[in-house]
Amino acid sequence: MTEIRYLAPQTLDEAIGAFAAAGSAGRILAGGTDLLVQMRAGVVRPGLIVDIKKISEMIGIEETADGGFRVGAAVSGMVLAEHPRFGKVWPGVLEAINLIGSKQVQGRASAGGNLCNGSPAGDSVPAMVAAGAMVTLQGPDGRRELPVEQVPAGPGRTNLKPGEILVGFALPPRPPGSSDAYLRMIPRTEMDIAVVGVGVSLTLKGGVCTAARVGLGAVAPTVLLVEAAAHALIGSRLEDAALEKAAAACSAACRPIDDKRGTIVYRTKVASVLLKRTAAIAARRAGGN
Amino acid sequence: MNIVTNNKWIGQRTIRPDGVDKVTGRAAFAADTTMPGMIWGKVLRSPHAHARIKSIDTSKAEALPGVKAVVTSRDIVDFPLDKSVMLGIQDMRWMCRNVMARDKALFPGHPVAAVAATTEAIAAQACELIEVDYEVLPWSIEIDDALKPDAPILHDFMKFEGKPSNIAGRLEVKKGDIAQGFAEAEVVIERSFATRPVHQGYIEPHACLISVAADNKTTIWSSSQGQFMVRAMTAYLSGIPQSDIRAIPAEIGGGFGGKTIVYLEPLATLLAKKSGRPVKMVMTREEVMRATGPTSGSRSTVKIGATRDGKIVAAQGTFYLQAGAFPGSPIRGAVGCSFAPYDIPHVLSVGFDVVSNRSKVAAYRAPGAPIGAYAVECVLDELAEALKMDPLALRLKNAAKEGTKAAHGPVYPRIGYVETLEAAKASPHYNAPLGKLQGRGVASGFWFNAGGESSAQVNITEDGNVVVTTGHPDIGGSRAAIANVCAELLGIDYRRVSVLIGDTATVGFSNLTGGSRVLFASSIVVTQSTEKIITTLRERAAKIWDIDPDAVKWENGAAHPVSPNAGQFEPLSLAELAEKAPSMGGPIGAGVQLNTVGAEGGFGTHIADVEVDVDLGIVRVIRYTAIQDVGRAVHPSYVEGQLQGGVSQGVGWALNEEYIYNKEGKVDNPGFLDYRMPVCSDLPMIDTIMVEVPNPKHPQGVKGVGEVPLIPVMAAISSAVHNALGKRFYSLPMSPPKVLEVIEAKG
Amino acid sequence: MAKVHVTTTINGEPSEFLCEPNDTMLDALRGPLGLTGSKEGCASGDCGACSITLDDRLVCSCLMLAVESEGRELRTIEGMAQGEKLHPLQQKFLETAALQCGICTSGMLMSSDALLRRNSQPTEEEVRYWLAGNLCRCTGYDKIVRAVLETAAEMREQGIKEAAQ
Repeated sequence: MTEIRYLAPQTLDEAIGAFAAAGSAGRILAGGTDLLVQMRAGVVRPGLIVDIKKISEMIGIEETADGGFRVGAAVSGMVLAEHPRFGKVWPGVLEAINLIGSKQVQGRASAGGNLCNGSPAGDSVPAMVAAGAMVTLQGPDGRRELPVEQVPAGPGRTNLKPGEILVGFALPPRPPGSSDAYLRMIPRTEMDIAVVGVGVSLTLKGGVCTAARVGLGAVAPTVLLVEAAAHALIGSRLEDAALEKAAAACSAACRPIDDKRGTIVYRTKVASVLLKRTAAIAARRAGGN
Repeated sequence: MNIVTNNKWIGQRTIRPDGVDKVTGRAAFAADTTMPGMIWGKVLRSPHAHARIKSIDTSKAEALPGVKAVVTSRDIVDFPLDKSVMLGIQDMRWMCRNVMARDKALFPGHPVAAVAATTEAIAAQACELIEVDYEVLPWSIEIDDALKPDAPILHDFMKFEGKPSNIAGRLEVKKGDIAQGFAEAEVVIERSFATRPVHQGYIEPHACLISVAADNKTTIWSSSQGQFMVRAMTAYLSGIPQSDIRAIPAEIGGGFGGKTIVYLEPLATLLAKKSGRPVKMVMTREEVMRATGPTSGSRSTVKIGATRDGKIVAAQGTFYLQAGAFPGSPIRGAVGCSFAPYDIPHVLSVGFDVVSNRSKVAAYRAPGAPIGAYAVECVLDELAEALKMDPLALRLKNAAKEGTKAAHGPVYPRIGYVETLEAAKASPHYNAPLGKLQGRGVASGFWFNAGGESSAQVNITEDGNVVVTTGHPDIGGSRAAIANVCAELLGIDYRRVSVLIGDTATVGFSNLTGGSRVLFASSIVVTQSTEKIITTLRERAAKIWDIDPDAVKWENGAAHPVSPNAGQFEPLSLAELAEKAPSMGGPIGAGVQLNTVGAEGGFGTHIADVEVDVDLGIVRVIRYTAIQDVGRAVHPSYVEGQLQGGVSQGVGWALNEEYIYNKEGKVDNPGFLDYRMPVCSDLPMIDTIMVEVPNPKHPQGVKGVGEVPLIPVMAAISSAVHNALGKRFYSLPMSPPKVLEVIEAKG
Repeated sequence: MAKVHVTTTINGEPSEFLCEPNDTMLDALRGPLGLTGSKEGCASGDCGACSITLDDRLVCSCLMLAVESEGRELRTIEGMAQGEKLHPLQQKFLETAALQCGICTSGMLMSSDALLRRNSQPTEEEVRYWLAGNLCRCTGYDKIVRAVLETAAEMREQGIKEAAQ
């Protein structure tokens, strides 16, 4: 019978030390909404569970002087929703995180866990990618930063080095006239894994889109940053032709599979539909800013 | 809409007797029970869809510290293939092979061995140490594949029309001359349909706790729809006599037919016997989805012909139902119920029972009928369109009534089908406007209902209240309704009536909970028991007053002289007579055991509104009304609850529920994440209209209600989608990729 | 494997128990703690039958390690009634038949209570989306949603009355 240990360190250094020493037998526990399911299914049999929820940097939300945000990797969706300002500045990122699972799950699940689980369909990731988030990683070799879209490596895999832990997300300051949105297609109204997920973040100045980023999920081995879609939006007034071009770019970027949640044909069509809808919501929100 | 309006308790929304325990978490479901010395059982299951079992070596498992017993098919009583032994509708030849594979594993998840150990973890580890030598065989799951000429044959003994086959049986129902009927028809619609297997979806996994003493005295707590079925099946499969087995029904967390057979109980009994320790076994959700019976997938073809005035003259249905690993798909429901709401002179309805390498089907709420009704009601919708008739008008024109001879045999007495159609027609729902991309559909359905064996005891306590012991597990609020009945008869407050479910040792034989029969049957025996008690009470009062018992009436909880002529006496209350009981001939109580008869079929008509997101292919149900002839709503809230629950299951079946298989023939979605049942935000409020046409053969007019509500739902929704989009669908579920494909298809 | 000794507070009472490091809180509640009111429907966080609160936060107890409850405050269905006095939600569920088999009821009540503590005036849509993580197969949710809405309205009225006194 595998020995299993649980550790809840108070400091990041302690966590990294223990996690690195455990090698492939170590697993990080934030909300547990992926890890415990995988353990129960016998897919993962950890020797050491490192609970990071006592580490203050992992569970904090900080507004930086320049108007950006630093969100700890283990902050739950519910806690993030209760922050007085975060949801006003990043409504798309917030709604994406709070579409994961149920209210019970949202009381525990974190953007950090969602990203590191490596599912191409993780709801928070397209929104984080669209937001241009940077992640802070820390490991035995020290601290480094990475654009969030460089973290996923494939289904169930990330580009974190052995012993590295995701510490938090840095979201950039927002110019006026900016907002974001996230939409996903699921067959029911809740409780499903995204068949397609789209995050759009943009800035409008005088009705013209001056900046945009598009994140596309569940249609490739990793979440995609669709630069061609963003280019189609930038410089436009988000008129139908521009949205069509951006939507087509999303469909073109799709490399999905047929699986129990969706088909290649269906996902490719839906990517285009969702891009238009998501961009429209982001624009409406940005216009209000 | 109560026809009899002067009842005190019947028709009232009283508080159920088991309710407080359920809202406080105190109610004891099977997995909540414990016993001193209890150990845990786990099942080793076949990973293969079809494989010959060449050998099983359990020695390493037996040697693992903490393991107390191991069971293989050698320990289970064999029922030879050449002799059918029936227990209710189940054939023990299949049951003994279903609870554990004998020479062949026939589906992924088929039990091949079981282990009991001091912890669940050790039992699971021991299972991994059991070495099974499989010879993997080709398999087929879908009906089409199982019927191919070169399909792998599951059972060597199975032949159809002289050839080895996966067709286990054929059933036919006939009326008139079908060829003549179609010759007379002026408009004919013929369509083929496909449905996927769907699970009953009870939230509580199967669980049991079983103790077997050295002398075979066995106590079983289990989650089941029939403690007498559990006792009998366990006796048959373990060899322990029924009289040594006490089967106690725990509170049950949903069944819908899926718990009318046993999976764990025989295994846990044998493990308990071998180990000398009580054994608890609880299925995981994954085990429930892989290894318990869902209902059949199907392939149906329905052809209906009418003359131009809308009179249906001919109807033909061919229904292939997927049985799973062993014979027994519910073709009777498909064949018998699908045309039953209609008065049609020429009918031919045929069903085929097809085996394939998936778990054996179990009953699911009106077994077979929803599958048949889906096809028939969809064809009727197309027929109405072709005839330019309103779909309710078409049904009204052809509705079965009193005196109609149903194709499945009976001549209907006074029934309430027409009333459901008229209520639908007059409903605010049917007459409400629809918005863009919204559509409305209607459909009807019929279920046989049933009577069957039931027992009850009614006893007056020494302090003048009532204890009713009934024989059927309560899956829908039957205890509450029984309290209403007994309180009404005795004329006392319903809170003075305690209703309990007995076990096999404490109540007489009662057939299982299912078939829409529990309230029908139990209220008959409770009524008769209570009437006997009332006779006794009147006799005792008569003795006290020294008058003739015929001169005593029982009213409002007391004995009264029938008239001033009988004498001037103060009424004698139940409490007073109870107090005097010891000196007047003893305790006041009565028990009745009957094979109840007189059940009448149930009819329902549903109206569904949907809205379609045409760019994503998503269908949402935005309004729903379920109308049903319920006979008499003894407890209206729980009758409404049956209608609403059946509708919600039908919405899932229509839109998102289905078994998905991978390339190895294994279930790819064995959990609630990807087996998509409706969640709260998926549904609107579900309105209900209860039509009451009392059953004259029942003391309270009751008709069974539980099963009809699932039957019309899928066709109502499919027709609603057609109404919204102008496109027809011929398979379920109407999941978004399929809907989008149909929307985008040309023509 | 040595078991872990955990000290926690459940329904306002100090509690302690032994468990394996990989036991879930649901395992601990239903096992050593003997609190079987929380139910296991799926053990994967998809059905909500195991819902409890952890420091006032609604969670699935099957998605939480038992050891995580150290020093925290948990509430389960067993703590909802005050002795004989049922919580208004429990009473309403009984009166309006918002349960049939009862297996989802513990989770539904915990979840509904958590909603009303955050939002005393939910709309029907808000109730439905909040309860999306609590599966029910018997009722079709209709009577449950009505019970929550009615209780919310009554509790508000009571609150107004009490405030006015």
